[in-house]
Amino acid sequence: MTAPMNTTFDIRLTDTTLRDGSHAMSHQFTEEHVRSVVRALDDSRVEVIEVTHGDGLGGSSFNYGFSKTPELDLIKAAVDEAKQAKIAVLMLPGLGTIHDLNQAYDAGASVARIATHCTEADVSIQHFQHARKLGMETVGFLMLSHRVSPAELAVQARIMADAGCQCVYVVDSAGALILDDVSDRVAALVAELGDDAQVGFHGHQNMSFGVANSVFAVRAGAKQIDGTLMALGAGAGNSPTEVLAAAFDRLDIKTGVDIQGVMAAAEDVVKPFITRMPVMDRASIMQGYAGVYSSFLIHAERAAERYGVPAYRILEEIGKAGYVGGQEDMIVDVAVQLAAAR
Amino acid sequence: MAKKTAAIVGSGNIGTDLMFKIMRRSTNVEVKYMIGVDPKSDGLARAARLGITTSAEGVDWLLAQDELPDFVFECTSAKAHEANAPKYKAAGIHAIDLTPAAVGPYLAPVVNLETLTDTMNVNMITCAGQATTPIVAAVSSVVEVEYAEIVASIASKSAGPGTRANVDEFTETTAKALEVVGGAKRGKAIIIINPVEPPMMMRNTIYCMIPAEAAAPGATQDAIRTAIDAAAASIRDYVPGYALRLEPQFEEAREDWGGFGRVGIWVQVAGAADYLPEYAGNLDIITAAATRTADLLSDKIDAARTIALAN
Repeated sequence: MTAPMNTTFDIRLTDTTLRDGSHAMSHQFTEEHVRSVVRALDDSRVEVIEVTHGDGLGGSSFNYGFSKTPELDLIKAAVDEAKQAKIAVLMLPGLGTIHDLNQAYDAGASVARIATHCTEADVSIQHFQHARKLGMETVGFLMLSHRVSPAELAVQARIMADAGCQCVYVVDSAGALILDDVSDRVAALVAELGDDAQVGFHGHQNMSFGVANSVFAVRAGAKQIDGTLMALGAGAGNSPTEVLAAAFDRLDIKTGVDIQGVMAAAEDVVKPFITRMPVMDRASIMQGYAGVYSSFLIHAERAAERYGVPAYRILEEIGKAGYVGGQEDMIVDVAVQLAAAR
Repeated sequence: MAKKTAAIVGSGNIGTDLMFKIMRRSTNVEVKYMIGVDPKSDGLARAARLGITTSAEGVDWLLAQDELPDFVFECTSAKAHEANAPKYKAAGIHAIDLTPAAVGPYLAPVVNLETLTDTMNVNMITCAGQATTPIVAAVSSVVEVEYAEIVASIASKSAGPGTRANVDEFTETTAKALEVVGGAKRGKAIIIINPVEPPMMMRNTIYCMIPAEAAAPGATQDAIRTAIDAAAASIRDYVPGYALRLEPQFEEAREDWGGFGRVGIWVQVAGAADYLPEYAGNLDIITAAATRTADLLSDKIDAARTIALAN
């Protein structure tokens, strides 16, 4: 059941600029963006490239923002452009469906990354089973992993693995985990899953720990690590792929990625089209501190403008209420309540 | 007239909540049978204590009884209802289906009960469908709704194994009902399961894409507001915990919305705590809608009989 184990390298880097970065671009990626990024990553020997709306298949909506270009067109363009890399798609059960997954598969995507909140893995069972039936490689995302203990997270990872997931990720959606928080969770998953599935880590920069956390994850046994070029992504952005590649090289952890190539991809391909540089500012730091799903940031900023309350205050309240990924609709509700309380 | 009789098929959370709902709140219907498949189920034990005839031998046992019920409430699964529906029909029993099987037409009692001609089998959509289609229908009654999208959030503790194993069915059924019952040209539904403690109450956010002039202040916008308030009030008639969290939020037309504007409606559903606690508004709204449907259908059946006798 294990993912096709790469024996040449120590770990596999997955680049999700074209999925997590979609948040920072307000889902305005064009086919030309996709082609240029895929070409650069593919030439740099990055093995997996994720392309989807920021919220996964079917994410184009009022709640999360409409895609400028239909995601199937973007997936097809990526598949067409990639010579060696596999194209991955993200899906969140409850938003995307098996129908969406079939369409992505028909468009040429070969890795299905299926995400649930860290306590709700059982909603993904039918999707993992279906993805495996299609012959897709599978990855499971346990989002907002900071919300539960390592032991509880391992129980959820087991549900995904038993459903056919080949690598379960500790996903730090809020950028809230710090060093040992990551190793403890990764170690718990490695101990639970053994040879049944690999373990991965997806980090955010809200409190600046994305790369350091990824190193801790690898030392605890993680085999797959996510990054984005130029850190383009939700909140203060993701662990930058080019920094991950360089840092792992210095630590003698083999990724097989061309470091000069990904640095050039970040600088020359991605930087010129970024409309909003990821930054650790008051609102995004608050996301890490209060444990808020990173993609809420831009929606909170819009609500802040409309209702005249600061974004960091909205996010602080969202954290207290315990809202989870996908509940962007609660932002307006919180903003209106805060404005009324003034 | 004497109360009509009902059988509840399925003794899980929904069936048990429905049993209490009918006993406490129905004007026209009483529960005669509770049918399950697990003799040890909590629902069957509770029903037996309340003096209801119970059986763990399934639908075939029910249909072998001398006194058949007037109504059967299907609280099992879509698959089970597909198998059971023809048997109910052959026995002349009205079926009110709380699974997403959709053998019969989608029904939100405050929206389309009056317009249905064949009511031998009606489908209660989903909990989110009951909470949102009447609001979309209210907006549709004033302006054309190009697209309706809803986000339903439910507490993890209130999401049973059936919902969890079939989230796709839930979103697809709800989306379709936004079109068929709500009147939107296109529908989309999103469901979120949240494990926070104490559990969060069921929430529904409804976005309708509306013409630019309706999204700007004016008479049309006022008419939409009035229609939404009226729909919420008529749901509150049978779900007292149904409330708008805020005033409807209108946003003017945007280019990335194809030149359309938007109205957003934020709803909270507190349950009546007949079986599961108050947070499980999702359970409450569908069992309350099913109970209301049976009461209204009883009136219809009696009215039809009166007319038949008079002729």
